[in-house]
Amino acid sequence: MIAELGLAALWLAAALAGLQLVAGSLGLSTRGAVLGEAVRPVAVVQGGLALLAFACLIYVFAVTDLSVKLVALNSHSMKPLVFKIAGAWGNHEGSMLLWVTVMGLGGAFVALVEKRLPERTMLATLAGQAFVSLGFYAFLLVASNPFERLSPVPVEGNGLNPLLQDLGLAFHPPTLYLGYVGLSIAFSFAIGALVTREVGPAFAKAMRPWVLGAWIFLTMGITAGSYWAYYELGWGGWWFWDPVENASLMPWLAATALLHSCGVLAARNALRAWTIMLGVVAFSMSMIGTFLVRSGILTSVHAFAVDPQRGTFILALLAIYIGGALVLFGLRAATVTEGERFAFVSREGALVVNNVMLSAILGIVLFGTLYPLFAEAMGAKVSVGPPYFNPMSALFAVPMLVVLMVGPLLRWRRDKFARVGRSLVIPAMLVATAGIALLVAGGIALLPWLGLALSAGLGWASILPLKARNLRRTPLPIWGMVVAHFGIAVSLFGMSSESAFSIEKLVAVRAGEVTQVGPWGVKLDTVEPVAGPNWTAMEARLLVRYGVDRKVTRMLPQSRSFWAPPQQTSESALLTRWNGQLYAVLGGEAPKVAGEKQARWQLRLWWKPFAPLIWIGGLLIALGGLLALIGRVAADVRRIVAKDKIAYRREKQGR
Amino acid sequence: MKRLIALIAFALAAPVFAQEEQSSAPYAYRQLDDAAQEARAQDLMETLRCLQCQGQSIADSDAPIAGSMRSLVRERIRAGETPEQIRGWLIERYGDYVSYKPQLTGLTWPLFAVPLAFVLIAFFLLRRRFTTKGNGQ
Amino acid sequence: MSEHTPKSAPLAGRWAIWLPLALFLGFVALVIVGLYRPADRNVASALVGKPMPQFDLPAALPGRPGLDSRVLANGKPHLVNIFASWCIPCRVEAPQLGALAKAGVPIEGISVRDTTENLQGFLQQNGDPFQRIGADDDGKVQLALGSSGVPETYVVDGKGRIVYQHIGEIRPEHLGLLLEKLKEAGQ
Repeated sequence: MIAELGLAALWLAAALAGLQLVAGSLGLSTRGAVLGEAVRPVAVVQGGLALLAFACLIYVFAVTDLSVKLVALNSHSMKPLVFKIAGAWGNHEGSMLLWVTVMGLGGAFVALVEKRLPERTMLATLAGQAFVSLGFYAFLLVASNPFERLSPVPVEGNGLNPLLQDLGLAFHPPTLYLGYVGLSIAFSFAIGALVTREVGPAFAKAMRPWVLGAWIFLTMGITAGSYWAYYELGWGGWWFWDPVENASLMPWLAATALLHSCGVLAARNALRAWTIMLGVVAFSMSMIGTFLVRSGILTSVHAFAVDPQRGTFILALLAIYIGGALVLFGLRAATVTEGERFAFVSREGALVVNNVMLSAILGIVLFGTLYPLFAEAMGAKVSVGPPYFNPMSALFAVPMLVVLMVGPLLRWRRDKFARVGRSLVIPAMLVATAGIALLVAGGIALLPWLGLALSAGLGWASILPLKARNLRRTPLPIWGMVVAHFGIAVSLFGMSSESAFSIEKLVAVRAGEVTQVGPWGVKLDTVEPVAGPNWTAMEARLLVRYGVDRKVTRMLPQSRSFWAPPQQTSESALLTRWNGQLYAVLGGEAPKVAGEKQARWQLRLWWKPFAPLIWIGGLLIALGGLLALIGRVAADVRRIVAKDKIAYRREKQGR
Repeated sequence: MKRLIALIAFALAAPVFAQEEQSSAPYAYRQLDDAAQEARAQDLMETLRCLQCQGQSIADSDAPIAGSMRSLVRERIRAGETPEQIRGWLIERYGDYVSYKPQLTGLTWPLFAVPLAFVLIAFFLLRRRFTTKGNGQ
Repeated sequence: MSEHTPKSAPLAGRWAIWLPLALFLGFVALVIVGLYRPADRNVASALVGKPMPQFDLPAALPGRPGLDSRVLANGKPHLVNIFASWCIPCRVEAPQLGALAKAGVPIEGISVRDTTENLQGFLQQNGDPFQRIGADDDGKVQLALGSSGVPETYVVDGKGRIVYQHIGEIRPEHLGLLLEKLKEAGQ
């Protein structure tokens, strides 16, 4: 019953999205103006219905209604409740439903609160948003119905891979999705503004919270994903420039550029067409990323949720939306003037450099990710990996980081280096000192060297905008900027330090033997079998000591064997200090040398100085975004309240 | 990132490898005694593709063939070969696919031309934006 | 950025405005090709058409000679089969190898990362078509041949040149092609 309710809600929501599109488009003409009135309420109801459908899906998963095919395929009655619920979106159909739900709610929210823009632009925006939603509704209802029934009803569900029952994995995909969907709202705003040619500060201010929100989720998603790869894969790597990783990085790069160009448009009414373009590109990257992952076109290994037919469907949606938007852009962009002018040495100038560099990095990541596909079409196989992406992206990242030290200090429109030069003396000295010191120490590759030196200066320069300000009266968005930029310095330092100073040790040791890894002494105490609910494992007890006379800590890496389905995993053990992380993995039993009695065990040990800063920096970046978002939204709320008050008073005086 | 999922999918899809034992090649899980040589070997291994896993370098894979390749790299480094010689030897056998570091060839030149083009475009865009009319207000 | 005032650069401006669309269409074309022409996931050896690398593998079984690459250049075409007892597809292809051996094709084996007992058990269970079996315990010869998995089968001509590489198990439908390649190699 509940499943049918959900399906009905989904159909209704899709129909309302159709109505929203028609009414919104007709409402743009003078004759259809009366229809325009309906658009906002329809958008709100559409969002509500999508939410209802999603709630129904959660319900059938929570009670494990096995007559629903999706539940039978992806769940099991014995799972903990939280994983049952997470199972609702841990599959293709459910995640698509989550996608349209968030999109519908976003549209409803815009329809309810956004009153700054001219009504015509709003109609076009909401129509555009309905157009995008409609495609996803069609996808759900035609090709991937989440509420399909199963007959006969199976006795028990297929279950979920035990490894997927990880809180991190349960909430990682929706985090990225929220980011993607936020960008779809920004895309709708861009379409609305293009249709009505109303590109200006009001448009940028209306779009900005959505971009910020999306960007926060993308930042967190990437940070968390990188950390899970780091501890789960058991080899100490945290970023591999793998196609699936790149698919999540590209929308982030575009959203970062969009965020900054939005700032220029909102404050100075400049970079109009460029901002529109970025709005289109950012959402394109989300869809291209989803397509690349779901279609399985790039690597066969990513068999999760891979289906060529779905790939074709997503590709068709992609072609319609992005192709259509780009045609619209081509037709309209010439009539959207560039806006206000500014000098090179100005806040806008610095932000333009940021945008150009981010776009170039985006271009390289996209090109490098797709190139193997191109080579295959030419009948050859190539691999493009870290040795390509690292230096090529650094080519543009390094100048961008240099400009980042200066940019936030500059004034809008026109400024002089002489004015800000003095405050930059210390960061410049820091960069030079760190660079020379590291050079003297020697043995560091070029990129980590650049990263370490730059991060020293950047860390200082990023807090300079707070100088000479009354900290209590400093607006939240400024705090946000400072925190996010400082986060970049922190993360950069972590990455460079990890890459420059990591110490690796692979050993085969007997119980009782001690190994040195950098400053750590690691003693293998015992290796004993342990059992979990659906696995058995060999667990090593390591006694580790930092330096010579500190206290001894225990680490327990495991080598696990699951039996259903049978698979081997290594559970790494991590020990975090303020200055780094010790990473321990238990391998197999080493081959016996003749005449040996006691078994030797393989251990993989890493000492990674300051590695946790990589992810702490990522969180700081997201926190900065959050502060800015709170600041912006609070200002908007205050403005709306004030406006209402004025209107109220006027009304009273009028009587 | 989602490599974890990939790993799981791989583990599920490949029970064939389940019985296969860990690589017994001498240097699969053993480092070279000379730290400088080991560092060179490690840098090279991070740029070679594991042929059974398709999405990992041989430096972070437990697949037996990755172990054999690690051992091969370490032994050859110890014997005095340069990393690029070893890479060349492998490319001779497996084609460009085995190396994550694209070589400059007739097929891969766009990989290097495009960043160069971006540099030029970025330079000209910025120059044009700010010299010809940027200062006119 | 991508737009310019029409006065200063009308042509360049127009051109740049349509550039994103052109790039996007290129992307769509590329992935359509990729979607409808699924790529070959096998990694072929780049040595096909080139001489077999030199190697000399010790015997994997007592009483059976190991494999020296010079044997392959004895004027007659050979099959070199890379296999292992732990490999399930190798069991699938065993009957086909048996049929080839019965047809008089000399088959040389390279057993990868294996033990003598396991190997003996495997041959007892699945038949033994091999003239010689070399033990490639650390997988180094496998790497030298550009092989990326088991089983793989190489057709080598009488001069010791690799003429063909078959990746994966040999199924009954592959026998014709292999015999043809062997015939070509014999000419």
